[in-house]
Amino acid sequence: MKPPVRYTWLHRFAVLTAFCTLFLVCVGGLVTSKGVGMAVPDWPNTYGYNMFLFPVSKWVGGIFYEHTHRLVASGVGLFTTILAIWIGLSEPRKWVRVLGVVAFIAVVIQGVLGGLRVTLVKDELGIFHGTLAHLFFCLVALISLVTSTWWRTVSSSGTVSSLLRLRKYVIVATSLILGQLIIGATMRHQHAGLAIPDFPLAYGKLYPETSAEAVESYNRLRLETTAVNPITPFQIHMQMIHRFGAVASALSVLLAWKVARTYLKEVASAQGFAFGWVILVMTQASLGAFTVWSSKSADVATAHVAVGALTLMTGCLFLALLSRLVWVGRLSPAKPSPARVTSLLACSV
Amino acid sequence: MKTNSSLMTVMALAGVIQSAVASDITGKVTLKGTPPPETPITMDATCGKLGTAAITTRRYQVGAEAGLANVFVYVKTGLEGKKFEPKGAPPLLDQVNCVYEPYVSGVMTNQKFNVRNSDPVMHNVHPTPKNPANKEFNLGQPTKGQVNEKSFPAPEILVRFKCDVHPWMFAYVGVVDHPYFAVTDKNGVFTLPSDLPAGTYTIEAFHVKAGAVTQQITVGATEKKSVNFTIDAK
Repeated sequence: MKPPVRYTWLHRFAVLTAFCTLFLVCVGGLVTSKGVGMAVPDWPNTYGYNMFLFPVSKWVGGIFYEHTHRLVASGVGLFTTILAIWIGLSEPRKWVRVLGVVAFIAVVIQGVLGGLRVTLVKDELGIFHGTLAHLFFCLVALISLVTSTWWRTVSSSGTVSSLLRLRKYVIVATSLILGQLIIGATMRHQHAGLAIPDFPLAYGKLYPETSAEAVESYNRLRLETTAVNPITPFQIHMQMIHRFGAVASALSVLLAWKVARTYLKEVASAQGFAFGWVILVMTQASLGAFTVWSSKSADVATAHVAVGALTLMTGCLFLALLSRLVWVGRLSPAKPSPARVTSLLACSV
Repeated sequence: MKTNSSLMTVMALAGVIQSAVASDITGKVTLKGTPPPETPITMDATCGKLGTAAITTRRYQVGAEAGLANVFVYVKTGLEGKKFEPKGAPPLLDQVNCVYEPYVSGVMTNQKFNVRNSDPVMHNVHPTPKNPANKEFNLGQPTKGQVNEKSFPAPEILVRFKCDVHPWMFAYVGVVDHPYFAVTDKNGVFTLPSDLPAGTYTIEAFHVKAGAVTQQITVGATEKKSVNFTIDAK
């Protein structure tokens, strides 16, 4: 059954908003990677100008990145507002309308968090700002998925028990990845550069020494060229947890892929998601290593942030996909034809 | 009027007496060992047009006979409980050709000091103190010649200032609750203010990369003392 045209365009607009959000995550990541988050000291104005009237000739140095971040964020805020209104007016499913409202609230909170981080001069707020950015991206991607034709017309495939089994693995892996992103945001918003400059060892050891004397010597030996904060034992432990977490995340995604291959061979969408997820998590691990080897080059570190966002988003959508298949499977124990499922969905979803 | 004249006479006399019993401390900070080479800094296009000289990091600036510049030397202990007032014009932290000048300086607690933008480009002044009593702020200085007056209420060695527009720009300001501090010159030489009262003091020489070394000294009235430090390159 072909969905109404208004749904198709709603879905396309949601996808566009998701892509813009990913771009925003990249620009935001670049701002933090370059250490220029405070280059514009006022908000919502920019050096006293209305943000949208700030002369292009003054977009120099760190101002360029921070101001661009604000403008792109304004665009995403506008798109999200339109998306929420569109969903509210055209979407018959209440829970999808709720998702639209939550997205709107999230984008407002995210904007205010970003502004307060500047005006209150609080690095800690940047951690929440960075984490919420990833969650918001997942939410918009989820809206894209649930407004898609696939979601409306998917037929039952795979046994419910196999889907549930895989879903457990996906929940664990996605939770680990979310934990990794929170640790990553915490490390980045300490503005201390690389707490451990070598990889795979750490200060030449499997686990580095973190006594006061050792950390003092690490700081003395650093050859910083920008105003990074001194490193602390906390930051060293965080990076070590991040490294171990990377291994755990990669293994959990590999396990999910193996489960999908073993128990859900006939479910192409699950196979595709699982394989894509493996590629992403391996790319992400490699970028993590390159972030250290490149002395936290801004471009590499930003790519690490962007692929991290994509990895989490894939986990969230995979989870939604499996939940959807489970729901459809429970609706149609006798494996009805796609046409029957579609009619069932039209009545009840 | 008569009362005022008497008061001024007493104050002048007190000043003469104080200088008569005060001591002079001078010295030199020498770097031992070979420091790592400095890193050349590539400015952005806007700042690159301002200055002609190539700039590098300023971790270890070593002058004649291994004299180490930019060491903050101050009386660490021995002045507790005494009250002092800042003297002279407010110190200036300037931004010239997209570099903070001076790299290391000092002020007294609650002493007003000026931060100036001498460049035709936008800067932001962003100190990141660690002492909670000293408030972090972020001040835009978009116009050439803009001057803002600031102060810090609590001692801190050292408060880092940075510019987020130009991440290579940073400088350090030592904040102490008395006027007996100095920063070594390009040859590592320093002179503390000459009216240090007689007494026993701990003098600390603090370098951003090499760390701190201290010496205990006792100075008598009108005594001239030389205090030299050696700091190991890390």
